[in-house]
Amino acid sequence: MNGLSVDLGQDAPIPLAASFSCATGEVLALVGPSGSGKSTILRSIAGTYRPQHGTVRVNDETWFSDAEGIHVSPQRRAVGMVFQSYALFPHMTALGNVMTAMGRLPAREQDARARKLLELVHLSGLERRRPAELSGGQQQRVAVARALARAPKVLLLDEPFSAVDTATRQRLYREIAELRRALNMPVVLVTHDLDEAVMLADRMAVLHHGRTLQAGRPEEVTTRPASAEVARLVGLRNLFQGTVVGHDRSARTIIEWSGRKIEAAARSDLAPGQKVSWAVPDGFVLLHRRDRPSRGEHENPVPGIIETMLVIGQTAHLTLRPRNDPGLPLHFSVPLHVARRNGIAEGVEAAVSLLAEGIHLMTPPAAAEAG
Amino acid sequence: MDWTALWLSLRLAGWTVALLLPVAVFAGRLLAYREFRGKGVTEALVMLPLVLPPTVFGFYLLVAFGGTSPIGQFWQAAFGHQLVFTFEGLVVASVIFNMPFAIQPAQRGFEAIPNDVREAAACCGLGPMKSLWKIELPLAWPGLMTAMVLTFAHTLGEFGIVLMLGGSIPGETKTVAIAIYDRVQAFDDRSAGIMSAVLMAISLFTITVTFWLSSRVGRRLGRAP
Repeated sequence: MNGLSVDLGQDAPIPLAASFSCATGEVLALVGPSGSGKSTILRSIAGTYRPQHGTVRVNDETWFSDAEGIHVSPQRRAVGMVFQSYALFPHMTALGNVMTAMGRLPAREQDARARKLLELVHLSGLERRRPAELSGGQQQRVAVARALARAPKVLLLDEPFSAVDTATRQRLYREIAELRRALNMPVVLVTHDLDEAVMLADRMAVLHHGRTLQAGRPEEVTTRPASAEVARLVGLRNLFQGTVVGHDRSARTIIEWSGRKIEAAARSDLAPGQKVSWAVPDGFVLLHRRDRPSRGEHENPVPGIIETMLVIGQTAHLTLRPRNDPGLPLHFSVPLHVARRNGIAEGVEAAVSLLAEGIHLMTPPAAAEAG
Repeated sequence: MDWTALWLSLRLAGWTVALLLPVAVFAGRLLAYREFRGKGVTEALVMLPLVLPPTVFGFYLLVAFGGTSPIGQFWQAAFGHQLVFTFEGLVVASVIFNMPFAIQPAQRGFEAIPNDVREAAACCGLGPMKSLWKIELPLAWPGLMTAMVLTFAHTLGEFGIVLMLGGSIPGETKTVAIAIYDRVQAFDDRSAGIMSAVLMAISLFTITVTFWLSSRVGRRLGRAP
């Protein structure tokens, strides 16, 4: 087995039922709301937390296995960890922080290697600074260099971008994306930010209450969630219930939604009469032109009333209350000039098309939303 | 000026600090990092000398260390002399009595180290001893220094326990605080005045050095002084 494989289980105090793997050279994002057990899983890999059951294996080594009675101490696991708070040693310089993780190497060699690592994270010239004399972004880079100093077999990043401002974050994203090409190890990135996962990860695993609900490529998980629960966690707000009617010749599955027929991406495995949840990402909701009809409007037209219009920058975020199902609004957004040209405002009649290719069907249907 | 008494007091304070520092590091870390049954009771016991009148505390120690007690008999058998009314007895009493002054600040010092930083030390491959030496002690240093200064200054001034447990044997148990009382009793206000002034100067000096050192450490760690 090449790479990292993790399988954890426990009932209390923090419930865990997580299982995933991360190949060498791959970036896996663990995504979930706060309290979903992401950090506990990371700490279980690092060895600073000991779960009740499961295994943690890296390449051919077993770091944790309750069945075999193995729990390797964090000191003996070749793991690089970047903490959310960075957890730098405040009384040491940047260089000292990095050198501290180098174990028994001769001092001269430590110094040379630490300088090289700091150069790799673009911190040359700041070796003698203490953490308090560095900016947030620079501290994060020191933390990354220190994590790499041990020549780790796994790199763990715990929300590494949450403590810096947006501009710095964008720069750090690029640096990490560049850096990962130089790293030949599994990288596990914990984040609650979906965009971050989509941007940086090859695969993502969605976590909730310590359970891995779905793992896959980020585009796949965010557009084709395995369940309504995942759909909600990946921020798909347009989530509705329906019943399968049948399949048509153009390889579409037809469902009925509150008295309206909707064409969806084909799911030939679903039998007529099956209750389903369906989701449509914001990007597959198209606003009809109000002055004249245009192409594509025959595709799942949904008339309704614009309920809210929120303008952020050059984008209008809209909700439409469908005439056939006034219970839940449809969320979508259009460029501000499109909204203006079409005379969109709160309370006006409008219609949208739901593109069939973007309509994703899920079983079993989501339980009725609480609250 | 009773130089013998002053030297005795300084020796007593020095020994107390030296013996109490490892205890404070051990107990401070334990109380700061671990949750265990009876932690509240332990913390209360550590604080007890703070609220107990010194004469009461001295009385119990006198009973506990006396020639008829198991501790007293053990000491007699092991070292060939009794524990009460000796310098060693004073040191032992002083170590016990100063526990709150040493353990409390040490505990606060270790509590100030974020959990993440200790985990980071483990993830950097530092074992418990290396982590203590390279990370925890430097970071808990302000607390440990406060512990040492408080213990030192408090031992210099201790009166009730010393009198109860040590009597006032010159060169053995007569500390400078007792010497001052002695001189006042003898209407020798001049000597009492000089000794008081010396004691005050020493206390002022230690406190000043402490503040200076901790503000330096604060700047180094980037904390507000």
